[in-house]
Amino acid sequence: MNTVAIIDYGMGNLHSVAKAVEHVAPDARVLVTDDANIIREADRVILPGVGAIRDCMAEIRRLGFDVLVKEVAQDRPLLGICVGMQALMKHSEENGGVDCIGLFPGEVRFFGDSLADESGRLKVPHMGWNQVQHLVDHPLWHDIPENERFYFVHSYYVDALHPAVDSADNSFVIGSASYGKQIAAAVGRDNIFAVQFHPEKSQHAGLTLLRNFAHWSGQL
Amino acid sequence: MGLAKRIIPCLDVDKGRVVKGVQFLDIRDAGDPVEIARKYDEQGADEITFLDITASHEDRATTVHTVERMASEVFIPLTVGGGIRTVADIRRMLNAGADKVSINTAAVFNPDFVREAAERFGSQCIVVALDAKKVSQPGEVDRWEIFTHGGRKPTGLDAVEWALKMAHFGAGEILLTSMDRDGTKNGFDLGVTRAISDAVSIPVIASGGVGNLQHLVDGITEGRADAVLAASIFHFGQHTIPEAKSFMENQGIEVRR
Repeated sequence: MNTVAIIDYGMGNLHSVAKAVEHVAPDARVLVTDDANIIREADRVILPGVGAIRDCMAEIRRLGFDVLVKEVAQDRPLLGICVGMQALMKHSEENGGVDCIGLFPGEVRFFGDSLADESGRLKVPHMGWNQVQHLVDHPLWHDIPENERFYFVHSYYVDALHPAVDSADNSFVIGSASYGKQIAAAVGRDNIFAVQFHPEKSQHAGLTLLRNFAHWSGQL
Repeated sequence: MGLAKRIIPCLDVDKGRVVKGVQFLDIRDAGDPVEIARKYDEQGADEITFLDITASHEDRATTVHTVERMASEVFIPLTVGGGIRTVADIRRMLNAGADKVSINTAAVFNPDFVREAAERFGSQCIVVALDAKKVSQPGEVDRWEIFTHGGRKPTGLDAVEWALKMAHFGAGEILLTSMDRDGTKNGFDLGVTRAISDAVSIPVIASGGVGNLQHLVDGITEGRADAVLAASIFHFGQHTIPEAKSFMENQGIEVRR
């Protein structure tokens, strides 16, 4: 049976993620869990997250999930959501600077207090439905049109053009959105995919992405 | 193209039932908030706001259950307001499946509660609701104050200063209701909407007074709100969400289609 483990480290609205996955994959066994053995045995793993990165990373480390996420990331589909995506980066400048899990070389940065585009000042957090561009063709974009809108809510971001801390590598940015700058809406490599937006709150488009994930082999 | 302006229908819920019900087509149970929310979701609402007006503490269990059911069927953001006074209240609603909670009176009596809530759960899920009323006389410089108890009790707090303070304390969004306009169908108070939208760096939802689709447009263009909230024009079948979006789009406002 297809098991999807949603890692519960005490941060955020896991109920929504679980309900959305159950909705699109009624045959799957969806488990919200902090049990390392269950996570290790799952076919697919989701790392969600909301709130401050310092608190998220502290709990992830305390529960040993930093090591566990790296382990499962080697051989099965892994999906990071929102702060769960940011936690997969190398470092975040939130809370005075926090080292993250480091599956990607990305740096998480603050939008700043003076964000603007040609229409004028932009509010922070970036909250609401924004369009996502596919930079790379990917199985998780299946049935999702270019420029489809997804629901975002975040004040920290990964730059789509210069995402990395100490290298010029931006090959892991899979999708982008525009909000004062080009931000990474999705990152990925091999069997790992992570999104800055909330697919569980993005109606049809989000459910489609979760359905794609629930059926994804992890192959590109 | 970028971020869309949001349309948010609001449901007033008492003991698990929508107050006064809804009167648009093909709803089996006009009082069931879950079925109504699902209809709005299908129509393309960008979020749902659920305002719990249940008076007694004991009946709150019903609210939690309703939020759980709604979150299992509606896959757009859900804000729950009304009676949010403690960290435990917030945790209960978020665990039930709410994405954000809206804090109103409790913020007025204990501003540090907003700070504590934002630190604990993140600003992204803390909406501060402001009930504002104009207190300046005609001919004076416009001034609005925060009121409690459905607009009956003045607090002496200047609405713009209060909004700034709440943003500083970690609110992720402001839900601004004009108590002068609420229920009048005369449109938002664009003065206070603009004053607060321009003052704070966080998103502002305009609320109170929507009677037609032009009012929604005005809230965005004149009031500079990031989202517009309305109840009766949608509940009573006067307009659908797609009609509202088409109307706004035709006036150059970016919406989600």
